[in-house]
Amino acid sequence: MLFDQILQYCLSGLSTGAIYGLIGVGFSIIFNATGIINFAQGEFVMLGGMLTLLFLETLALPLWAAIPCAIAASMVAGLLFERLAIRPLRQPTPINLVIITIGGSILIRGLAMLAWGKDTHALPPFSGNDPISILGATILPQHIWILVVTVFIVAVNRFYFYHTISGKAMRACAYNRRAAGLVGIDVRRMVLFSFVISSALGSIAGLIVAPLTMTSYDVGIMLGLKGFCAAIIGGMSSGIATVIGGLLLGILESLGAGLISSGYKDAIAFIILLLILVIRPQGLFGKAESERV
Amino acid sequence: MLRLKNINTCYGKVQALKNISLHLAEGEIVTLIGANGAGKTTILNTISGVTPAAAGEVVFSKQQVASFPPDQIVKLGISQVPEGRQVFKPLSVEDNLELGAYLRYRSREGKSAIHADLERMYTLFPRLKERRKQLAGTMSGGEQQMLAIGRALMAKPKLLLLDEPSMGLAPLVVQEIFRVLNQLRSESGVTILLVEQNAKAALKLADRGYVLETGKVILEGSANELMENAEVKRAYLGKDKKEIWER
Repeated sequence: MLFDQILQYCLSGLSTGAIYGLIGVGFSIIFNATGIINFAQGEFVMLGGMLTLLFLETLALPLWAAIPCAIAASMVAGLLFERLAIRPLRQPTPINLVIITIGGSILIRGLAMLAWGKDTHALPPFSGNDPISILGATILPQHIWILVVTVFIVAVNRFYFYHTISGKAMRACAYNRRAAGLVGIDVRRMVLFSFVISSALGSIAGLIVAPLTMTSYDVGIMLGLKGFCAAIIGGMSSGIATVIGGLLLGILESLGAGLISSGYKDAIAFIILLLILVIRPQGLFGKAESERV
Repeated sequence: MLRLKNINTCYGKVQALKNISLHLAEGEIVTLIGANGAGKTTILNTISGVTPAAAGEVVFSKQQVASFPPDQIVKLGISQVPEGRQVFKPLSVEDNLELGAYLRYRSREGKSAIHADLERMYTLFPRLKERRKQLAGTMSGGEQQMLAIGRALMAKPKLLLLDEPSMGLAPLVVQEIFRVLNQLRSESGVTILLVEQNAKAALKLADRGYVLETGKVILEGSANELMENAEVKRAYLGKDKKEIWER
């Protein structure tokens, strides 16, 4: 009986954890390209869900068309965000940039509230709602969607960063921006690109989780912070380490909520965040000087 | 080919270059010598667009390039091998070389041409071929220097800016680096602007030289002239000039 329960908690933790991981990868990509923590990352997660809803219900597109439209629209939002809020900054010190991203996040959230109101909305699941039972635990098809999409994105990510010239250039920027400029890489373009990729990842995370957890104008705050937590556990790696960080966080959270009390669910994430920052600030898997790509 | 006219460059309120004028003809090797803080590196960074000049002209192939960003400068055919090598340590040797050809990939130049150049780098620096899959940061200083030079050459520059290629390297390795530079000159006729602390080796290789002191050119001439100049001997060629020290 207990085993069933634990398995159940782990499975549902795994899928929320995958979401945290994806959001965390978005954080890391921008951090590595620019050295800033983009606190507006959570808002792109919100946009993913809300824009899908917009295309689905207001514009009456089928789901398979609404999803790519929502991702594309979020990417445009990410592009505008970099162009209008990040790039014009005269003195781009990290602290200024971080404050800007916080301001940006409040703005985006406010606009979303004006546009869609304060209600929570549900997105239909991608392929039905019939539970699937595994060893006595049950999961929904949407959980499987989440895991499959996450694995797919991790693979695409890996391919991009290690096997394309553009991805290698982005890693070069992450390591040494000046030297990257000296080989002819347009660093500002890479920064712009990192915002576009991150907003795409954020919105994908937001729209695959929306059928399970509902979405509203303010889901970005908590999801963003959890994603940030995953990125910290993963040592700001834009690869598998952050996804594992997210999965770990998701499972611990779900076990904690199930076995202790659901009231502690969010607290667990932040206790882990603080522990990691105090004990292993380089991340769970990082060496003291880890490869941040 | 390249001409700097009355260049002034500042770091904040500190003026690092004061009315620098110099020129390079096609196929020449020109060296800049001078003590620490004389402004040698700043000259290269001004040409590369890393620290743009506050005033003055940089003319390359009859084009004003003083306000160009670094990537545009590379596109025009000026590549810099920066001080301290600055290879991309977490990336493999081959990735580093490929990134040297980044703009050629972007301009949809055929992969075969880039690949041929990669092989050319491997013949120039056989050591890099052995280590092509290794992370650049795990190599020795000399190997990283070779990689930095190879990376810059992958852009097919018309003008190569070299900043202290011998810094912190063992004498044998320095010899090897200078041998390669010599070979480059005879094989590909690339124009080189070389900044060096090792004035002796630099003057041996170069056609002409400029001597800098606190941001100003105080002396210029052919390498032979400079090598024979008493002041240069005393200040930069060092203690083996007994006749000067023990006068």
